Amino acid sequence: MAASSDRNPPPFPAAEEPEAGLCDMADGDSDEGEDIFVSNSNPVAVSRGVSQPDRVSEEPPDLFSEEETINTTAKSNGVHSDDDNDLFAEAHVELSTDKPGSSGRKELSASSGPHPASSFAQSPASMQPTSLEQLEEEEAKDSFDVDVAVTNPEKIGDGMNAYVAYKVSTRTSLPMFRSKTFSVRRRFSDFLGLYEKLSVKQSLHGCVIPPPPEKSVVGMTKVKVGMDDPSSVEFVERRRAALERYLQRVVSHPSLLQDPDVREFLERDDLPRAVNTQALSGAGFLKMINKASDAVNKMTIKMNESDTWFEDKFQEVENEEQQLRKLHAVVDSLVNHRKELCGNTAVFAKSMAMLGNSEDNTALSRALSQLAEVEDKMEQLHQEQAASDFFIFAELLADYIRLLGAVRGCFDQRVRAWQRWQEAQSTLQKKREAEAKLLWANKPDKLQQAKEEITEWEARVTQYERDFDRIGMTVRKEVLRFEKEKAKDFKSQIIKYLEAMLQSQQRLIKFWEAFLPEAKAIA
Amino acid sequence: MMEEVQEVKSALSVHGHNIKVTEVLKDGDALTFLIVSQKLSGTGEYHVDRTCDDFEWLQQHLFSQEDVPGIQGIIFPPLPAKAQVNASAKVMKQLGFLGLGEWQPYCKALETFLRQVASHGILNKNKAVEIFLTSSDPPGRQRAKKNIFNRLSQAVEEMRKEGHKDVDEFFQTERDHNLALTGYTKSAAERFLDVVLTEQKIAVACGHFSAALHLCVEAGEDPDKQAFSRICVKLSEVFDSMKKNMMSMAENNMNTLGLGLDLESRYQEAEKEMLFRRTCKLVELETARKNAEKAKPVKKAAMEEVKKAAETEFDHICGVAKQEIARFEGARVEMLQQAMVQWCEKQLLTAKESADQFNQHLQAFRGMA
Repeated sequence: MAASSDRNPPPFPAAEEPEAGLCDMADGDSDEGEDIFVSNSNPVAVSRGVSQPDRVSEEPPDLFSEEETINTTAKSNGVHSDDDNDLFAEAHVELSTDKPGSSGRKELSASSGPHPASSFAQSPASMQPTSLEQLEEEEAKDSFDVDVAVTNPEKIGDGMNAYVAYKVSTRTSLPMFRSKTFSVRRRFSDFLGLYEKLSVKQSLHGCVIPPPPEKSVVGMTKVKVGMDDPSSVEFVERRRAALERYLQRVVSHPSLLQDPDVREFLERDDLPRAVNTQALSGAGFLKMINKASDAVNKMTIKMNESDTWFEDKFQEVENEEQQLRKLHAVVDSLVNHRKELCGNTAVFAKSMAMLGNSEDNTALSRALSQLAEVEDKMEQLHQEQAASDFFIFAELLADYIRLLGAVRGCFDQRVRAWQRWQEAQSTLQKKREAEAKLLWANKPDKLQQAKEEITEWEARVTQYERDFDRIGMTVRKEVLRFEKEKAKDFKSQIIKYLEAMLQSQQRLIKFWEAFLPEAKAIA
Repeated sequence: MMEEVQEVKSALSVHGHNIKVTEVLKDGDALTFLIVSQKLSGTGEYHVDRTCDDFEWLQQHLFSQEDVPGIQGIIFPPLPAKAQVNASAKVMKQLGFLGLGEWQPYCKALETFLRQVASHGILNKNKAVEIFLTSSDPPGRQRAKKNIFNRLSQAVEEMRKEGHKDVDEFFQTERDHNLALTGYTKSAAERFLDVVLTEQKIAVACGHFSAALHLCVEAGEDPDKQAFSRICVKLSEVFDSMKKNMMSMAENNMNTLGLGLDLESRYQEAEKEMLFRRTCKLVELETARKNAEKAKPVKKAAMEEVKKAAETEFDHICGVAKQEIARFEGARVEMLQQAMVQWCEKQLLTAKESADQFNQHLQAFRGMA
């Protein structure tokens, strides 16, 4: 896998002031925790992200559920299923134990000679045209009858233990839910907990799991003290909107929607408190992705990518992430200038009011006062404009920077799946060598054990290869879906933005039209 | 109050109200301005080029007309501070609005200055004005003799006179009023400048965003990538429109209300200078009266002469000042009204154009697949 060596993106930009030297809080449940500028050194999070085969047995029903029509055998398979009716059975070239996988470890890393990677390459290559078409067809069929909204932020409790509870409302026509409309109250750590559960379960499936919004100590501390001042109000609104977008992305993902944890999150009145949410701040999330990537890079068996689609796509994703960061920085600066303009306009309005008051000439005095009022109204417009720039563009770009991180994450999952497969093959090879030695040394009982182990590992190799193929399919599908969603998302946000701009301009026109006769009236 | 003596000799050979500063040229560090004035008789124009130094020459000559009675009562049209091509930050700050926009506002301010001088019944009789406007040669570099109008040379003690109580209620009121207005107007002009500068920053940021979006455009056949690329291109156009809109708004602000506030501010300062000169004369007069009273018989006659001269001069100044103040009040109200009307009309037009553009962009996005 052509993973880039530079895995340290610049620090995530934030509107809030950074805090220095904050350590992880013991209570992972509270909304306190490190701010995005502080390093997150929670090793637990990292190891969770890296593949751990034993975890996988807790898998939920397979991702390729009823909606999957890519193969005739549309069955729910666990990842470890030995079922021969595996989805990819016919797609594979025969996967027998006599494959060149026995040819030794060194061939796995070298690009010379026939080896599993190349034989594998043929299957997806031949699969490619049909599978992509079918993927696209599926995407078109997906329609979602779930609407979620996050509203009514309410401060619960007092002092440093206070938190904000949000109302999560769902409206759906899907039968899997208990009713058509319902709502529950959730706090921020509940959302983080949902993400944590999903990312653990999905770690070897190759899904793009929407990342949660950032934590912020500074923002939350202000809110704990009181929710009345403008910056607290803005903070809570920003968070509420981010949580809503997060949930909307989760429920619009066909596989994630099937996850019982998601259903539980939406429906269950009393949700058990989430633990271990320290790791899941915005920057912490990205750090986790990057650490996992680094771990992948450091693994000794480098993946030999024979399907350039993945390499190319990965590079595109990385490039796009950089571009969005640049855009985000520019929008940030734009938002700041607009806020500055608000301030300047307000101050100017005041000075014109003072001038109008001191003016002797009545008509001039009145016109100057009217001018001051026009400027006051313009300040209001500038405020709204700044909010629009921020909530529509800045947050959109920030979301997608995080989402692209999640996309990178699923590419890494594929590499880990490949590595797991390769390691299994090398273990199998060792077992066979051991068996050969035992044959030579003529130790019948040990030989029996050796034969059993070989059978076991042959099965694993088969399984892991299938997993690898499947995750490759998922990644392709997910990336396709991501790109479609991204285009849709951007388009709808831009339309919202333009509508707001147009409204602003029309109000501005009214202000000027009202002022003109006043100005002319100074005789 | 004595009637102002109207001199019979003709003033200018050109019209005063439509003098134009048509161009500004950079010559190394210095700026040269092209001035066009219309001949009074027949059709014809004078085209002359003048530097900032030439303008100063003119102003010095206007200041040093000691033979004109009551000259100190004149509110002299304010000349903008001297400008240079690579002016220091301090100079630019002092210039305020006049330092913006490639010297266009500065040209307008010079134009206003010339129109005011050429239309002023007393000032336009000075030969220097005619020479300045019509002579094809540079008007001359010799410094006019030292005059009383150079405030920089006034000692610090003189400044205390500013608060000296007046004998005339009209003038006391005018002084108080002027003091307040000068402060508020200067403040308003400075704050409006901040608004304009921030608007320019926003325009630049929009331009950056527009350019950065182009980097997100990708070649290739992938339909979803194509869709996103199209979005980026269209959005880039939107922000380009926004940039132009902001720049127009800033320019409108600068050229109408900005210039208006700047001129008003400098004109109020000019009135302040005039009132101060009168106050100084008042102090001089009161001192002369005291001296005459207290004078020993041997000096009494001389002191009386001094007192009489001071009284006459003071009366002249008050007479001229009253006329000037009346004229000034009318002129500034008209100027401010014009500035505000122009400002409003231009911004209204820009807002309508913007609304149209945003509407077009909106329709284009809605129509996108």
